[in-house]
Amino acid sequence: MNFRPTIVAFLCNWCAYTGADLAGTSRLHYAPNVRIIRIMCSGRIEPTFILKAFKEGADGVLVCGCHPGDCHYQEGNYKCLRRFKLLEKFVSQMGIEKERLKLEWISASEGKQFAELINEMTKTILQLGPGKVNKTLEFEHFKTK
Amino acid sequence: MAQESTKPKLKLAIYWGAACGGCCVSVLDTHEKLLDIVAAADLVFWPIAMDIKYKDVENMPDKSIDLTLFNGAVRNSENKHLAQLLRQKSKILVAYGSCAYMGGIPGLANFFSRNEIFKRAYEETESTLNPDKTIPLHSFKVKEGILEIPEMFNDVFPLNQIVDVDYYIPGCPPQSERLLEVFSAIVSGIGLPPAGSVVGANDKTNCDECKRKKSDKKQIKRFYRPWEIQDDKETCFIEQGVICMGPATRGGCGVRCVEGNSPCRGCYGPPPGATDPGAKMMAAIGTMIAADKPEEIDEIIETIVDPAGLFYRFSLPGSILGRKIL
Repeated sequence: MNFRPTIVAFLCNWCAYTGADLAGTSRLHYAPNVRIIRIMCSGRIEPTFILKAFKEGADGVLVCGCHPGDCHYQEGNYKCLRRFKLLEKFVSQMGIEKERLKLEWISASEGKQFAELINEMTKTILQLGPGKVNKTLEFEHFKTK
Repeated sequence: MAQESTKPKLKLAIYWGAACGGCCVSVLDTHEKLLDIVAAADLVFWPIAMDIKYKDVENMPDKSIDLTLFNGAVRNSENKHLAQLLRQKSKILVAYGSCAYMGGIPGLANFFSRNEIFKRAYEETESTLNPDKTIPLHSFKVKEGILEIPEMFNDVFPLNQIVDVDYYIPGCPPQSERLLEVFSAIVSGIGLPPAGSVVGANDKTNCDECKRKKSDKKQIKRFYRPWEIQDDKETCFIEQGVICMGPATRGGCGVRCVEGNSPCRGCYGPPPGATDPGAKMMAAIGTMIAADKPEEIDEIIETIVDPAGLFYRFSLPGSILGRKIL
């Protein structure tokens, strides 16, 4: 069967989501593999969200916020960046390829860049193959609920 | 039954899975109160203290044990068999201690595979001389017959991934006073929360109970390991740059480690509402990093040597990812 990657994208309401919206209203074609979750600010992103996305079968996770200095809430994107850097180190320790987790800044006017980003990430993950997070434990020992 | 009028003594069982034995000792740490426990309950199964065979447990009627304290993680087929057996024989099954609750220290084995562990333990360790590369086998044929030992799993499991668990008492080991509180609640049947609850701990984080001086603005320019810095004995460990699991750990232990001038290691597991203590900790610590430029942030994060091992010291198998992806 052909592998179709699933990418979960957390987009901030003020820049990245508007950027993705612009990609749509400009009728840009891009890979249909992304599942967008709108959040108010990239600073709202908790590592739990990202780990949970992986656990529930995401092959890649993308976080997009406003460019540095442009955050609607002054510094939410900086908070996101700090957490993200720490999470990145953790995730690579856990054996998840670093290409599966990405943080990018997308402004409200960057519809084209958003479309390119999704295409590029989909391509990378196609090469990597399916994520292995939810297939790694010896499930036969688990109780049958 | 005929003797319904005189209240029969409770039947109590204590078992260890993949554990160090400290949880069993914590039961003895109740000191003279242990006599009260024995007055209220008959110990029917307790491998550390009693000579009783597994087949004796197998012969007990189902649901005949009132309370089982299961400590230790599930690491091999013997642990799994006993977990299932005790679930079948017990009315209330309690995951006792960090290992049964979230995997605990044995759960750190989930950073490796079984083969890696065997290779390290039986071939590579500095004190090992094993030129034939002999490793333990699950079963081995000798002329008298087939010898079998329990099979070691590739993963370590917390108890609730194997069987249904009624209550969780966290801690490494649980504080003995808390055990007494829980035990008397079970004996009296009063004040027991709904099944599935964490008992013997409270609903706040350790930071809420900690008496060290804290400010609102935590800015960390460098992380230190506890031995790299002179603790001033009064300021919050995190403000001094030492990672303390307090923000992501359930209170109930009495903040003993911090009282003893050592940072919290997180044995009581995540506070209510959080599923993954390490992720919670990364969220808390991440925002305290005092830098805006990616390179500077990287430099500061570089000083956290092993985030995965540090943040998931007691909880890796019970966390969202559960193990290292192989």
